[in-house]
Amino acid sequence: MKRPMVTIDGNEAAAYVAHKISEVIAIYPITPSSAMGEWSDEWSSRGQKNIWGSVPSVMEMQSEGGAAGAVHGALQTGALTTTFTSSQGLLLMVPNMFKIAGELTPTVFHIAARSIATHALSIFGDHSDVMAVRATGFAQLCAFSVQETMDMALIAHAATLEGRVPVMHFFDGFRTSHEVMKVEQLTEDDLRAMITDELVRQFRSRSLSPENPVLRGSAQNPDVFFQARETVNPFYQNFPTIVQKAMDKFAQLTGRHYHLFDYCGAQDAERVIVMMGSGALTAQETAEFLIKNGEKVGVVKVHLYRPFAKEAFLNALPKTVKSIAVLDRTKEPGSSGEPLYQDVMTTLSEAMNDNVLPLMHFPKVIGGRYGLSSKEFTPAMVKAVFDELKQSKPKNHFTVGIHDDVTLSSLDYDPAFSIEPDDVVRSLFYGLGADGTVGANKNSIKIIGEDTDNYAQGYFVYDSKKSGSITISHLRFGPREINAPYLVDSANFIACHQFSFLEKYDMLKPAVEGATFLLNSPYGANEVWDQLPKRMQRQMIDKKLKFYVIDGYRVAKETGMGGRFNTIMQTCFFAISGILPRDKAIEAIKHSIEKTYGKKGEEIVRMNFNAVDQTLANLYQVEVPNAVSSKIELAETVSSKAPEFVKNVTAKIIAGDGDELPVSAMPVDGTFPTDTARWEKRNIALEIPVWDPNVCIQCNKCALVCPHATIRVKVFDGAILKNQPETFKAVPYKGKEFPNMMYAIQVAPEDCTGCGICVDVCPAKNKSETRLKAINMMPQVPLRDQERINWDYFLDIPEIDRRQVAMNTVKGSQFLQPLFEFSGACSGCGETPYLKLVSQLFGDRAVIANATGCSSIYGGNLPTTPWAKNKDGRGPAWANSLFEDNAEFGLGFRLSIDKQTAYARELLMKLASQVGGQLAEAILNAPQKTESDIVDQRERVAELKKKLAAMRQPEAESLSAIADMLVRKSVWIIGGDGWAYDIGYGGLDHVLASGRNVNILVLDTEVYSNTGGQASKSTNRAAVAKFAASGKRVSKKDLGLMAMSAGHVYVAQVAMGSSDQQTVKAFLEAEAYDGPSLIIAYSHCIAHGINMGQGMRQQKAAVDCGHWPLYRYNPDLVLEGKNPMVLDSKAPSLGFKDYAYAETRYKMLTKSDPDVAMQLAELAQDDIKKRWHFYEQLATLDFHTNGKN
Amino acid sequence: MDLSTTYMGMKLKNPIVPSASPLSKDIGNIKRMEDAGAAAVVMYSLFEEQIVHESMEMFYHTMHGTESFPEALSYFPELDNYNHGPEEYLEHLRKAREAVDIPVIASLNGSSLGGWLKYAKKIEQTGVDGLELNMYYVAADPDKSAEELENQYVAVVKSLQDLNIPLAVKLSPFFTSFAHFARRLDDAGADGLVLFNRFYQPDINLETLEVTPNVVLSSPSEMRLPLRWIAILHGHVKTSLAATGGIHTAEDALKMIMAGADVTMLCSVLLKYGIDQIAEILKRLEWWLSEHEYESLQQMRGSMSQKSYENPAAFERANYMKALAGYVLTEDLKYHN
Repeated sequence: MKRPMVTIDGNEAAAYVAHKISEVIAIYPITPSSAMGEWSDEWSSRGQKNIWGSVPSVMEMQSEGGAAGAVHGALQTGALTTTFTSSQGLLLMVPNMFKIAGELTPTVFHIAARSIATHALSIFGDHSDVMAVRATGFAQLCAFSVQETMDMALIAHAATLEGRVPVMHFFDGFRTSHEVMKVEQLTEDDLRAMITDELVRQFRSRSLSPENPVLRGSAQNPDVFFQARETVNPFYQNFPTIVQKAMDKFAQLTGRHYHLFDYCGAQDAERVIVMMGSGALTAQETAEFLIKNGEKVGVVKVHLYRPFAKEAFLNALPKTVKSIAVLDRTKEPGSSGEPLYQDVMTTLSEAMNDNVLPLMHFPKVIGGRYGLSSKEFTPAMVKAVFDELKQSKPKNHFTVGIHDDVTLSSLDYDPAFSIEPDDVVRSLFYGLGADGTVGANKNSIKIIGEDTDNYAQGYFVYDSKKSGSITISHLRFGPREINAPYLVDSANFIACHQFSFLEKYDMLKPAVEGATFLLNSPYGANEVWDQLPKRMQRQMIDKKLKFYVIDGYRVAKETGMGGRFNTIMQTCFFAISGILPRDKAIEAIKHSIEKTYGKKGEEIVRMNFNAVDQTLANLYQVEVPNAVSSKIELAETVSSKAPEFVKNVTAKIIAGDGDELPVSAMPVDGTFPTDTARWEKRNIALEIPVWDPNVCIQCNKCALVCPHATIRVKVFDGAILKNQPETFKAVPYKGKEFPNMMYAIQVAPEDCTGCGICVDVCPAKNKSETRLKAINMMPQVPLRDQERINWDYFLDIPEIDRRQVAMNTVKGSQFLQPLFEFSGACSGCGETPYLKLVSQLFGDRAVIANATGCSSIYGGNLPTTPWAKNKDGRGPAWANSLFEDNAEFGLGFRLSIDKQTAYARELLMKLASQVGGQLAEAILNAPQKTESDIVDQRERVAELKKKLAAMRQPEAESLSAIADMLVRKSVWIIGGDGWAYDIGYGGLDHVLASGRNVNILVLDTEVYSNTGGQASKSTNRAAVAKFAASGKRVSKKDLGLMAMSAGHVYVAQVAMGSSDQQTVKAFLEAEAYDGPSLIIAYSHCIAHGINMGQGMRQQKAAVDCGHWPLYRYNPDLVLEGKNPMVLDSKAPSLGFKDYAYAETRYKMLTKSDPDVAMQLAELAQDDIKKRWHFYEQLATLDFHTNGKN
Repeated sequence: MDLSTTYMGMKLKNPIVPSASPLSKDIGNIKRMEDAGAAAVVMYSLFEEQIVHESMEMFYHTMHGTESFPEALSYFPELDNYNHGPEEYLEHLRKAREAVDIPVIASLNGSSLGGWLKYAKKIEQTGVDGLELNMYYVAADPDKSAEELENQYVAVVKSLQDLNIPLAVKLSPFFTSFAHFARRLDDAGADGLVLFNRFYQPDINLETLEVTPNVVLSSPSEMRLPLRWIAILHGHVKTSLAATGGIHTAEDALKMIMAGADVTMLCSVLLKYGIDQIAEILKRLEWWLSEHEYESLQQMRGSMSQKSYENPAAFERANYMKALAGYVLTEDLKYHN
């Protein structure tokens, strides 16, 4: 039977099968598995049916724990149910997994396998999650490629129904889940053939029903629990046979025959690698290459890991094997070896003991680790393992792919070793996230995969910044199936879509001789050569490269494409590479444009067509001269002034050379220095703000809203202005609080992202030319050098004494040094201005617990962190534990700090006479309310420490170690709405109830921003989000109101863009409140679909329309007989639609379903009216008598 | 009383037609207009530019930030349908056509020659009875001559001659030789001229230093301009003439009809006082006609047009001179002089 060939990624492949064989799907987003849930939701919302002709019901839950619970319940009541997850998500499912397996419930969990957070979080792929849950009783079936992911998904569903053992079907996160491949799509007939309805009926007959009631989930005692637990044995014993049977049946249908263990290699192999996952394909291809060169090697690919079928494993091994290397993609510290290694050893030993070893000798067995967190696993590494097996004493418990210079575990390998066949086109594309390079490449793969007989593969590497991020696309095309799950490291086509990359990256290093280089260049064919760096010219000459240029910037501008060159560069690729005849390629590109953009509007299609047509006329080949003439050298990654760690470690990571860092370079416990973002000069802004002091009214609003802390203000004594740079600007300060002082606004030109939000909020207009304000955006390049010097000069101007600043004003707050700067958040981010404000007001004594999410990524994703230090070395101490536990984690900080403070006070009281009664008393009784109080206390503690240093008693030493705790610490618990409203709500609720003095800041974007826009309980009614594609039907959860009901919680709802003054006030009050505080901060977001440079306007509109009322609820006011609730915003003055329809999240529903959009908008308007009415009453309740009369 | 009239070949029971306004966005309002006695209705305009703008905007925002960050390769669900074309408007036309018996006239504002034709054809297929071309264009380009501009207008009208529904052209008064231009449109095949379109005029906010597009409803004095031109054009063009702008009362409508209008269009008065004003105006119209012993409305049509009036110059420059001569300077002005 002819099946359709489709070009899809692993997530889509798994979801395709899962959606077709399920009735209920309970999900929760987590990278890299989110897309499986998104596909399911999308298909169900379009009415796509399962093989029984019914649309599966998809439910987003509040956490993976919740999803597993819902899955368990749905299974118990007889619906075929599935879920998707990864990493921590899988761990949260563990308790239910034990239950589901213990109750012999058929289900399949599809897992995009990912690292578990240990010393650091990582979103990338390895098997540490699936290996950590191998004790749950789930079977574990592994797929190695996109095709296998589709195939194994079906085999898993078929086998679980027959065998009653639930299955964890897993494949490598990113490497397989995100790799785009041309695969054969299983048909509905295939699915029907594999799934037996009788087994479905049997499954249903076991379900809970009052018609035939049973009890499940009893509690058992020592008398019977054990026996009952052993009842499942036959099911596990039979399961491998059932899986193999399903595999055999599948083979009859499709011709692809899988086995529990697939051996590939020489029949007389002496050296064998045992492994699972995508790396097994690399090992297989490498083995085949080596066999051609006469080596006796082979690979056992493990498909069914649990139950481990010992006999099948032994039979898969060639009898001639002498040595075996077992590779695990996980690490189990302290174990006698990683899991697969242990299973192999046990199996061989048992067979030896039982005298059933079917081998000629008991082989030498070694175990090794590879590929943690998507670390590359290449043919060179496979060869190194095979080579090691030749040694008489091969290294056991080795690592491969890194350089371990500490415990010397790593194997050496030759990076030059390559097995890439010549007939495969291997291409690399360097682009910016924003220029559409990845999208274009995904399109090209589809064109080649679907319009030609060629096979195609695409894999995309992104950096971890959310603004100005770089993407590298790795594409392969060839006449045979492509089994190369590793990056392209020898390319015959390289394209650079951004000219500015030339000075940053060594793009031509992977180029093979005679390769083609395509450059998007503002310089034409005749001028471009002189603009290339010296090294690049040398490489082009030495490697005899063919060189093409196009001014894609110009073509994009002229055709209305703006910053997106996707179709332009795609057209160039097809025109040059010759994969398709030009005419056919153009036709295919246009066809694909119509398919992709057709529903987005005719104009979009026309614009793209126009770009395609204009491209060829602007594409030129450049003759490569014979000699290097350039004087352009590559820039240093970081300044020579940077600290050693930054120069030696951070800089390598920034430069994209992190793979070269040895084990010894890395901190042992995941601890990193802060204050490092300042060294990463990213230069991503096309335009930066330029200050016009003559127009400026010195309000400091620009500095407040700057999401990246790149626009700064200082007030200072003019006498220090010596040798200032020529273009440095400073003017007399206008305010009365600092008479005769000077004032300056300065921009960090190389750190600014160019969002323009500062210009948007600037209230001062030029009186002669109103289009100009006190700050105006100007091109960065001509200003870069000059402003770099000015910036350095500005940094050297002393910071103001914090005691002199009126912190409770917007203006005053901005004279405080930000200790959160230059984050990699989205340009124009709505969250980061709040974090910066926390850092300014309390940063030098703040400890921050940060939930996983956007703020933990731009806050703590390597290479650098925006959390910074002041000149005294003080600054926020920051840690991320998990997503779900952040409130509890932060409460732990408080408990710990309070305990140590109490102990310090106890010790001080004991030592009072020796350190001086007056000093001790002053320290113990210090009010520590104001900034001056804090400074005074710090001085006292410094004095105390001096005295303690001279003392000999053990108490003195103990006190010395914790004396700093005598200075008040500010505990901040920070996260997004996904955390606070959903996954972490239980903990948040408990922490609020604890009454302890913590400050909780919810950066509320009303959507899961970090994982790509899934609905949370904060998502507003009428808004579209993933998992709410047809508009959220219910109103937003009122977290503030819930917290207020406790009575002892300080609650504030703020929106900086509406009232910056209220924001500052709320932050100060919350911090000062001696109890739990909750600040819910409206954060505009890229997932709202707005112009981010105007985010503050949208914040204002959100408040003006009443969607986001501003208020402060201060329980302390009750003590004064006052109403604790103060409404800080006015009654709604703007219609809900006037606010909402300026945002894509709301607007798109008016396009996709106008009637529903209208209904929901009316309901949302009604929500606003009711809420306002309710709040108004709350705010006017009489607290004078406090209920005593 | 026979109030009937013919507009672009359509027999109407009276001359009162609500012009294009946001009121027609609601089918209920259109029904109310019919119930109040409106003879036909002109629907709110479909703006090609807005369709293009909205689809570009939606494209930009749904694409922005995608494929950049490994955890969030997109931020919005992929929807089946974005309705970026004029479907919503066309569907509304269909519903309006079904909801009422009076003629429904669609209104279109195109921004490209191809756009006019494409959308006009789609509009025709909805079954509406006529199409009004809302030719709203501020000629701000100093490099473009009056003739070039007029040629563009004429080209649009010519390009739509294949349509099987009548075509009206709603114009602004800003043409140098208006009568000549009206004739050109007539020759190009327009079935009706709607005089005049009103631009939303920008205003300046002194405090915020921002230009605010200000929607000011028409005042009765504004009807003088269309009155003059209808009076001038009556009998000189084959097209129907519709008067619009400043018609607030039955008396206003009577003046327009006397000047030569086939229909009189209402907008501001309905926005201000409600749709029921149609019934009030019709009642008064009928009363006035019988009071003044007219047999039918047709009897007075064009009776005060330039062609029929005793002093044709009254509608031309002399009129201005006469007015100037009759003007009395205020005390204040005298003092300054």
